[in-house]
Amino acid sequence: MDTIISLFSYGFILRAIIVGIMVSLCASVLGVNLVLKRYSMIGDGLSHVSFGALALAAALNAAPLAVSVPIVVIAAFFLLRITENSKLSGDAMIAVFASSSLAFGIIITSLTTGINADICNYMFGSILAMSTTDVFISIILSLIVLIMYLIFYNRIFAITFDENFSRATGVKVDIYNMLIAVLTALTIVLGMRIMGSLLISSLIIFPALSAMRVCKLFKSVIITSAIISIVCFFFGIIFSYTLEIPVGASVVCVNLCTFIIFFIVGKIKEKN
Amino acid sequence: MTDIIKVKNLSVSYEGKKVIENISFNVEENDFLVIFGENGSGKSSLIKAMLSLKEPSGGEIEFSGGLSPHEIGYLPQTSLAQRGFPASVREVVISGCLNKMGKRAFYGKKEKALAEEKMELLDIQNLKNESFQNLSGGQMQRVLLARALCSAGRVLLLDEPTSGLDPSKTADFYELICRINAQGTAVIMVSHDVHSSLSVAKHVLHIGNHSALFYGTAHDYELSSLIED
Repeated sequence: MDTIISLFSYGFILRAIIVGIMVSLCASVLGVNLVLKRYSMIGDGLSHVSFGALALAAALNAAPLAVSVPIVVIAAFFLLRITENSKLSGDAMIAVFASSSLAFGIIITSLTTGINADICNYMFGSILAMSTTDVFISIILSLIVLIMYLIFYNRIFAITFDENFSRATGVKVDIYNMLIAVLTALTIVLGMRIMGSLLISSLIIFPALSAMRVCKLFKSVIITSAIISIVCFFFGIIFSYTLEIPVGASVVCVNLCTFIIFFIVGKIKEKN
Repeated sequence: MTDIIKVKNLSVSYEGKKVIENISFNVEENDFLVIFGENGSGKSSLIKAMLSLKEPSGGEIEFSGGLSPHEIGYLPQTSLAQRGFPASVREVVISGCLNKMGKRAFYGKKEKALAEEKMELLDIQNLKNESFQNLSGGQMQRVLLARALCSAGRVLLLDEPTSGLDPSKTADFYELICRINAQGTAVIMVSHDVHSSLSVAKHVLHIGNHSALFYGTAHDYELSSLIED
């Protein structure tokens, strides 16, 4: 208990918790759709692109969010196109895109500031990353993501369940696919400085997978995924603080343990 | 009988290669049209064109009598991806009402009542809070049919509906479709199963080699030489 109280007494940790919880919420609900649509790779690809974008922002001495938001949103358009175009073998192209962005980011930094602690933070995340302005922007953008998701919830469900049927009944499937990709891009950009670009995609994939082990209805999967994500993030921060390990890695490990527990519970439930 | 869908000289091509050429037929009000054809004959391209999933490369599809192109109740073949999808029966059925929503974000009383009505009609009311992934093949089909009925404005399009069902379930399914047809919904059914679907068909369209080999009444089809295939 004392640990938790002392945790909240630090401004930077409080900021990380606020942003982290907002981002976890966005990532977990979008994650359900991405996993079910087999778009998980897009999340992973975008996180690498956002590394390149942050490196570029650092080199230009510009505000990180101002540079990375547009770049990652544009990348989301491309990755979605690549995934939908079966001829290019989507997953391989995403891997090409992702590693190229990473390489690009590393080259920029080594030519300018040099490989330093900042780069390490971009890759693996840092609890110190958030300024007050960042918190403000993150809260606004996360709220936009959540509100958009809520407004289009029924249509997003329909296109995730059956794209052809939705298209036949006049739902603008391409626009909603794009919306999902853009919302994912925003979520990744917001979350990657805490979680790290190599680890942020786990925030999207793990809670959805855990929730689907146990819940079998769409709404309950979404709600469970959101709760898992927030709880895991919170415990991840506590372990990060008490054991002095990087937040991103700590959150991923808590998520992994949760997944294993839910997996076992799911198996037991199936047997009964 | 008035026609509600008129297909005139329809052609569909993929990358310049024609997969359907010059097909014409009509769907009347309360019709029961069965479409036969070998694999690769262009049946699925015809379905895609009718559902506006694929732009025709020639000819046209005309909807009349107050039917809009997005009001064909489509029953797809159940795909493997859907079999593992976490969703309740109710969530799936009501998603068929989306074409009646306009710009609204959430389902209202009317949509909820429509979904209830269709679930009752198909006798799946008791499954409404069950998960889609725990259903049997026949139950899944009824759920997807209920969704199709929610979106339908007097026409259903069924894509090989009996391919995964055993003979007794198939008979049940035909009985159900006939009942829906008798209540005033036109049915277009793509089928492999010539003999049992002829017992319910009013008209037949037989596609072979990318064009229509036969189009006429079911009775004339039975007298034709194509029936041997």
